Amino acid sequence: MAVGQRVRKKDAGALLSGKPVYVEDIAPRDCLCVKLMHSPHAHAMIEEIDTSRAEKLPGVACIVTYKDVPNVRFTQAGQTYPEFSPYDRLILDRHLRCVGDPVAIVAAQTEKQALAAIRLIKVKYTILPAVLDAREAKDNAVLIHPEDNWRALVDCGANNKRNLVAEGCDAEGDIEAELAACDVVIDREYSTLANQQTMMETFRAFTRLDTYGRLEIVSSTQVPFHVRRIIATALDIPKSRVRVVKPRIGGGFGAKQTAVCEQYPAIVTMKTGLPAKIVYTREESMTLSSPRHAMRLHVRLGAMKDGTIRAIDLHSLSNSGAYGEHGPTTVGLSGHKSIPVYTHNLKAFRFAWDVVYTNTMSAGAYRGYGATQGLFAVESAVNELAHALNMDPAKLREMNVVREGEKMPAYYGEMANSCNLGRCIERAKEMIGWDEKYPARAMANGHIRAVGMGLAMQGSGISGVDTGAVSIRLADGGTYNMTIGATDMGTGCDTILAQMAAQSLECSVDNIAVYGVDTDTSPYDCGSYASSTTYVTGMAVVKTCEVLRGKIVRAGAKLLGCDADDAIFEGDCVRCAKDERTVSLAEIANSNMMMNGEDISACESHGSPVSPPPFMAGCAEIDLDPLTGVVKVVDYAGVIDCGTVVNPNLARVQTEGGIMQGIGMALLEYPRMDETGRTVSNSLMQYKIPTRVDVGRVRVEFAPSYEPTGPFGAKSIGECVINTPSPAIADAVYNACGVRVRDLPITPEKVLLGMDE
Amino acid sequence: MMTVDFTLNGKRVSAMVEADDSLYKMLRGLGISSVKCGCETTNCGLCTVHMDGKAVLSCSVPAPRAAGHDIWTLEGMGRLAKALGDCLADEGAEQCGFCAPGLMMNVLALAKENPNATDEEADAYLAGNLCRCSGYMSQRRAVRRFLDGVVSGEWEKEEVQA
Amino acid sequence: MAIYQEYIMASTLDEAYALNQKKSAVIVAGNMWLRMCKMRKKTAIDLSALGLDKIEEREDAFVIGAMTTLRQLEKSEALNGAFGGVFEKALSPIVGTQFRNTATVGGSVYSRFGFSDVSTVLLAMGASMVLHKRGEVPLEVFQQEKPDRDILTHVVIPKGQRAGVASVRMSETDIPALVCAAAVRDGKMNIAVGARPARAVLAAKGVSPDLTAAELGEIAQNVMYGGNMRAGKAYRERVAPVLMARAAAACREV
Repeated sequence: MAVGQRVRKKDAGALLSGKPVYVEDIAPRDCLCVKLMHSPHAHAMIEEIDTSRAEKLPGVACIVTYKDVPNVRFTQAGQTYPEFSPYDRLILDRHLRCVGDPVAIVAAQTEKQALAAIRLIKVKYTILPAVLDAREAKDNAVLIHPEDNWRALVDCGANNKRNLVAEGCDAEGDIEAELAACDVVIDREYSTLANQQTMMETFRAFTRLDTYGRLEIVSSTQVPFHVRRIIATALDIPKSRVRVVKPRIGGGFGAKQTAVCEQYPAIVTMKTGLPAKIVYTREESMTLSSPRHAMRLHVRLGAMKDGTIRAIDLHSLSNSGAYGEHGPTTVGLSGHKSIPVYTHNLKAFRFAWDVVYTNTMSAGAYRGYGATQGLFAVESAVNELAHALNMDPAKLREMNVVREGEKMPAYYGEMANSCNLGRCIERAKEMIGWDEKYPARAMANGHIRAVGMGLAMQGSGISGVDTGAVSIRLADGGTYNMTIGATDMGTGCDTILAQMAAQSLECSVDNIAVYGVDTDTSPYDCGSYASSTTYVTGMAVVKTCEVLRGKIVRAGAKLLGCDADDAIFEGDCVRCAKDERTVSLAEIANSNMMMNGEDISACESHGSPVSPPPFMAGCAEIDLDPLTGVVKVVDYAGVIDCGTVVNPNLARVQTEGGIMQGIGMALLEYPRMDETGRTVSNSLMQYKIPTRVDVGRVRVEFAPSYEPTGPFGAKSIGECVINTPSPAIADAVYNACGVRVRDLPITPEKVLLGMDE
Repeated sequence: MMTVDFTLNGKRVSAMVEADDSLYKMLRGLGISSVKCGCETTNCGLCTVHMDGKAVLSCSVPAPRAAGHDIWTLEGMGRLAKALGDCLADEGAEQCGFCAPGLMMNVLALAKENPNATDEEADAYLAGNLCRCSGYMSQRRAVRRFLDGVVSGEWEKEEVQA
Repeated sequence: MAIYQEYIMASTLDEAYALNQKKSAVIVAGNMWLRMCKMRKKTAIDLSALGLDKIEEREDAFVIGAMTTLRQLEKSEALNGAFGGVFEKALSPIVGTQFRNTATVGGSVYSRFGFSDVSTVLLAMGASMVLHKRGEVPLEVFQQEKPDRDILTHVVIPKGQRAGVASVRMSETDIPALVCAAAVRDGKMNIAVGARPARAVLAAKGVSPDLTAAELGEIAQNVMYGGNMRAGKAYRERVAPVLMARAAAACREV
């Protein structure tokens, strides 16, 4: 049995001995160093740019300005073509749309030379009025994308003449009538900010021309196949001329689902023929990257006195920033993955959205992808409802949450075929000691301890879109080589997919060699995002192994001289059922390499028409110092239903890590701009992610269901786990001191000054 | 350019550096891949190495200051580092692995300074090692097991698994 | 990033002083902050070969070399024994062990950082700075001056006092949003406030160690506060008396 085991990650040995396996470790030593000159203005037009003095500096190989790039708009979003994100970018543009927007690309032999050259570039800007507040963006007289060659490939309400990246509405039932009939309506506005993924390895890539004169991009990316298409489009060259390789990558969390940096060294290599490397500084990673979409969420939640939730009306205003990456799609999850949690008694819902351009850093994909924002709002509203009804919020939830077998109208009408959310709530309550601790207790030292709860769901891949393929071949001595296009970013998918293959092929995980990703040799996979890898690519593994087993059986039968129908696959051999003779897998593999006409390999692809949600319940226990407003999470209990747990170690670490990021979002992480639109939370000194002393303990358990459409019953886990802390902690704070914080993060300042009011 | 002579992982080495280079940059130039850079502001701990037996941030030590000193990186830490790596791997705690070498160097410093550290003391000691993947709990479990093994002498007795 | 052309390991203080008389020179202490400064200099002067990394105990005072690391202060049994563990309490939240193994007391104090926990504690304790040419200067005076071309060699902390510190931080290892230190000597208490966010100041000098909450509130009110990314003015005003009371209480506990 390989599925369900705590198998070590296949790359653990290399990672834990500091081996050179990341992009910067394997970049050629003579790479040009690529640096960007950034716009100091939030909105401006380049009138003149003079690079002549910079070009004369020793070591400078190439300076690229807007005059030197193809006039072909593209999107950096790593999404399946045709992308929902509008084609609104050039590699460099005369029109600068946010502070940090690249003005010039400089390549030199050393970093110092490149930085010196940037200081010598003279630019004359015409400063334009900037739109910094998302609430003022729609139909503003200032247009952020007035250009004629802006285009949206998919109709999602995008309109560049209105600063709109998307708008739309989804509804069922008569929302106004249902709300009017409710005994209580909670009508509130919540907001979340542009949190940074803050993976420890910043954005980076190197490029070179390979033996065949093609552009090879080695990138720290979650989406190698999308990067190939994006860069070919941006450079206006045939896709056949681009190859993308993903080595080990130092974390992604969605950040690297956007091709943030690859085009810069790519154009340098195309212009010079030389290898080129870009490594974003932490400051660049904090100011010109792909953070969470900041959203303002207006919720109207209607319920009867008995606690039945009848109607949910949600409007999400999402700030996509200067460009539209992931704008039209993230917003959808804010409603589609929050409202369905309360399907059980729901009579009507409406979910409407606006996604706008502003002159701020472009947003992107961050773990949770809109669901996090929507769940903060809806879960907080549910907590507020519980207080309004004077009910235990846990009990209120138990009454209203979706049950297995129910149809979820707000989730595209999908069925909840696997759902153990009730058990998640029950167990999370037990773990935290809810019944004893709710709502709050005064401590001897004057502090207050309180508890709060939040629920979450997510999807497992994008239904009807995501595609993953794997290829497995029987190799020398009866071993297997598996190539995948899914991108392990530390999450362990190389190992998890190998566990599934080992289970299907009845061998040890060590017998499966995994390789990924190289767009020249890996089978197509859209990449690792949208919680798709275990569920979607995992099914591809199952299918591939089925086909491969058939081929091995046929080859074995041939060697045994028996009928294929009588031959049985037994993992290490094929047995003839009639006379019990066997031929070992090694013999089959070896004979296959001598005078043979049939290759023993298989490559199958998988896509799913549904995206079964994992579910989760989280309970926070906080400690509040009422004299300073300082809040600490002393204990957090998370219980998740991710279907079958493929690797308990890795699933647990995913969950603990997601919860910790969620706690950071709730309490510490505070992305901020100054009045000119410059991001001032631009370093790990100014943007505080949790350290190991900020949180007492995080405890995780599983409440598995069995998902019939998933591999071995599995669903996803990666994203769902970030969603519960914000609403849970916000309610715990309310329970401790009566202050309701609706704008994240919950800072000591908001709490203490709130207590004074 | 100037020459810096120092001891790296027990061997005498010589490196050509610029006056404003950091120890981090010098080590990377010498092919030491375990040291990583995660910030520019001394917050992340990814570049941790040992200088004269103490864990320091190599990004902040001027390269010329290393002259005549004793520098150790994960590459040179041998058996104990291997044992610690096994403890982390058994928990799946390495995740993306990018912060692992810096963390390990600091855990090894802790093991020398206070092998009897409680979980709370260990966390305080390691607070300057950021990790964004793991949520720290698996690292806490792994460090506990490792320190217990240091105290009991387990890593001296047993042949550490490959 | 700090850029310089030459790096000189000074072999005497006089040499370091002479080199430092040019504006194109800069002293490198812990190099934590310096390396982040966008500046170009000709000469970097390293003081680490001058034996300035020792904590010496005199009859009336501790004399601490400018290149002593924060970690040495934090772990010094002599210092913490004499002052009730105030240095361990004040320094242990600063970033991490490796940071404190690298950062120096001289770098912290000389740079006159507003957010400095160290400066705030030293200010309350009536510490003085020893400058190579100028000699001993009270920190209270030094703290208000602009940096000049002299070299800080030692920090002197008078014995015979008890000290306490309290801070609020947005995360446990962050720089403080506000820090208060109190020190009691001969029945008189000093209170210093740092991270206002401006440079630390002495809020009270030689007051009674048993002030009431109302009296502390008044002292806190007379200090100027401002806003920055960590907190606004109103929040600092609100928590200053709380932290002062905690710091004062910590003195009593010792």
